[in-house]
Amino acid sequence: MPKWFTPLALLCGAMFAVSPLIIANAPYESTMGLVQKIFYYHMPSAWMFLLGAIVCGIASARYLATGDDRHDRTALSAAELTVLFGLLTLVTGPLWARRAWGTFWVWDARVTSSLVGWLVSCAYLILRKYGGPGSERLAAALALFGMANVPFIYISVNYWRTIHPPTTVVPTLQFSMGFPLMFCVAAFLLLFILLMTMHKRLEEGRRRLDALHLAFDE
Amino acid sequence: MTPRFGAAVWRIVRKDWTVEARSREIAYTTLFFAVSCLLVFAFAIVREGKAPEGAGEGVLWATLTFAGTLALGRTFERERQNETLRALLLAPVPRAAVYVGKLVGVVSLLLALELILAPLVTLLFAAPLLSRPLWLLAILTTGTLGFAAVGTLFAAMLVRARSRDALLPVLLYPVVVPVLIAGVRGTSALVAPEFDVAIARFWLALLVAFDAVFVTLALWTFELVMSD
Repeated sequence: MPKWFTPLALLCGAMFAVSPLIIANAPYESTMGLVQKIFYYHMPSAWMFLLGAIVCGIASARYLATGDDRHDRTALSAAELTVLFGLLTLVTGPLWARRAWGTFWVWDARVTSSLVGWLVSCAYLILRKYGGPGSERLAAALALFGMANVPFIYISVNYWRTIHPPTTVVPTLQFSMGFPLMFCVAAFLLLFILLMTMHKRLEEGRRRLDALHLAFDE
Repeated sequence: MTPRFGAAVWRIVRKDWTVEARSREIAYTTLFFAVSCLLVFAFAIVREGKAPEGAGEGVLWATLTFAGTLALGRTFERERQNETLRALLLAPVPRAAVYVGKLVGVVSLLLALELILAPLVTLLFAAPLLSRPLWLLAILTTGTLGFAAVGTLFAAMLVRARSRDALLPVLLYPVVVPVLIAGVRGTSALVAPEFDVAIARFWLALLVAFDAVFVTLALWTFELVMSD
């Protein structure tokens, strides 16, 4: 592990431990009340979900173009984090929507494209796990197609009515709500980086072990 | 496109058609699977002898998706059994020509299937699908091309993978969601009591854009994933 890992892991743990207090101290939103506070975890996880998907897509494209194993390891780690943070997003979103929109699920553009993106990253992991040898390239192609697909899903679903709050809400937040949000984003980003580092190291170790195993057999 | 490229595509398409014309295996199994799908949908959604409004176009596209997956799987299973896909890839033609050849084969099969399915859906689900045949043909063709462009690449990639039959729909369906939405909404614009050209044109344009992007991307990735 790199030298910075342990201090940052401690910091990340402390930030997550403190975050409920900071969120509790943020003012109540006038119409939604308590349930709006889910937002402080929902939005950061949604951002990390998106970040994971972007990292996975770019790393896959580079792996296809160069054939370098390092990009493949990055793509695989990012895909696992995409599934994890996507799940958090898809669980916290409906909890909030039940109160704000009166229903758990809406087929709105952003919600639907998140679900489809999450399904693609799940398909990526399933392919890696059960596809057998050579599935790395296939999974990279899948990630590429999944990424190219996002605008199409967005446009096609957007033709139905959109009720998800636009992202332009964020810069207009006042400090008392903006600070807890940014604090949570920082905590989630730190968690993302730590998990990514750990996972890449795990994958490297696994490949080295496989190589040793093969060498031993011969 | 060089004449050599076109000739290679044509040879592959003709080979597929000849094999299919002799055995008719994929055509018959896909057709009967599609008709069985229609039957399943009819039992699932028709109440008191009457199909719910707007069900026809949904059933048509869902059936096409399922039957198309079956056809894609069978097409490449045939190439795998006798290791003929390897022979195709060893042939001294551009890799892209192999992809385009298989794509044309799959699209022609699915279009033939649609010629039978569309009237059947019209009959069974009381949807006036055939009232604007040219528009319907345009939407079905572009939709099928988009579905098959992604499907042909994925099915070809999965030829050597384990559990390929289960993996194909798992990978394919999330990616073709826009084709399904545009296909269903475009078709339902055609059967609406007041036909709105702008709506139909919007969905058709989306399908054409999808086709352009995904055929280009597939041509590039096919070369890379089928290289070993």
